Amino acid sequence: MKAPAFDYVRPASLDEALTLCAQGGDDAKFLAGGQSLGPLLNLRLARPALLIDVRRLPELAGWRDEGDTLCIGAGLTHAAIEDGALPGAVGRFLAAVAHGIAYRAVRNRGTVGGSLAHADPAADWVSTFALLDAQLEVRSARGVRIVAADALVEGPLSTALRADELITAIRVAKGSSDARRSYRKFNRKPGEFAEAIGGFCADPASGVCRAVIGATGGPPVVITDANALLDSDDACVAAVDAAGFEPGSFEQQVHAVMLRRAAHALRESVA
Amino acid sequence: MKSITLEVNGRTETVRVAPRTHLADLLREELRLTGTHLGCEHGVCGACTLEIDGAPARSCITLAVTCDGSRVRTVEGFEDDAVMHQLREAFTEHHALQCGYCTPGMLVTARDIVLRLPDADEPRIREELAGNLCRCTGYMGVVRAIASVIAVRNSESGGR
Repeated sequence: MKAPAFDYVRPASLDEALTLCAQGGDDAKFLAGGQSLGPLLNLRLARPALLIDVRRLPELAGWRDEGDTLCIGAGLTHAAIEDGALPGAVGRFLAAVAHGIAYRAVRNRGTVGGSLAHADPAADWVSTFALLDAQLEVRSARGVRIVAADALVEGPLSTALRADELITAIRVAKGSSDARRSYRKFNRKPGEFAEAIGGFCADPASGVCRAVIGATGGPPVVITDANALLDSDDACVAAVDAAGFEPGSFEQQVHAVMLRRAAHALRESVA
Repeated sequence: MKSITLEVNGRTETVRVAPRTHLADLLREELRLTGTHLGCEHGVCGACTLEIDGAPARSCITLAVTCDGSRVRTVEGFEDDAVMHQLREAFTEHHALQCGYCTPGMLVTARDIVLRLPDADEPRIREELAGNLCRCTGYMGVVRAIASVIAVRNSESGGR
């Protein structure tokens, strides 16, 4: 399968990229690693008139320590995160999640911002950053705004981003030294998209206890007060039922198992 | 059409490509490097895996135009590579291929496993191979071949 025809530009700066996208209207799309957009182009599910290559923009590279938060450049690859590019306990957690994304050859090019913007409900970063209550820095030629990661996905491949907006960074709390995080997913083969995702994030210092039910077919379901789920398998099942899964169905059971496994993992984890 | 300059197997190439042309098509159709194989053409099967700037990548979902300024190494570009030599011998010895369609991608992935994960055991090798489909061998020979190269290299480096 071959991609349809489109034009291509590689701007030298973020400002130039944002201006080009504003001028290109709905038919212009940003391209980063291309590991989600590439297949969509080849399958002709995406038919942009113009691709704006942002993969090598210095403004999207690397990460910054901002005190209580880590500011992750949207252009960071899954492989870089897997290899420990990000510091601290949250960096180690993100490395473990990154290791489970697709295959190394894909992780070498795929970017964290690109994966979020693509918004496959079964993708790992969509659920992970919703779980961690991350804040996305989103830019366009009109300015900058913040989108909560748990409000990004509106449906399959559909986000709160407007056509001219680009995710430029992801801010995630480092948490206290007592913070714990867990993530479990079910897929039939390593690297395939998950059939179910469960995760927990608890920090006694701030009183945060969140859970996520991911790979739902739509937006990830975030439970902001998940204390009751941590110690009760029944509460995990009830949360999955409340997320709209039909009791007894394969989907309900596999999501409940992943949520329970994540709860057990959190209880047994050390910071 | 866009003019791009990239290094392919050590040679600098300047070519004109349509933006929609993926890297594998450029290599096969224009540069006549047909060792890179195309299977699924949407990033799943791994047959087209090669090296871009020193790291394995899928050439079917990488647009050639994005490789302007990059170093590309295909299966034809490892003639002088000691690890690839070991892997080719091991693939023969352990019957790690039958029809050979997946082999160029397998070799690039295998080399990455050997160099990046020198302590990889069989489960880890299998996990890392999940992105390269083989419909002939059932993977046993491939896994054994990679494990044997890791074992030889570790014994040569003084028994890690």
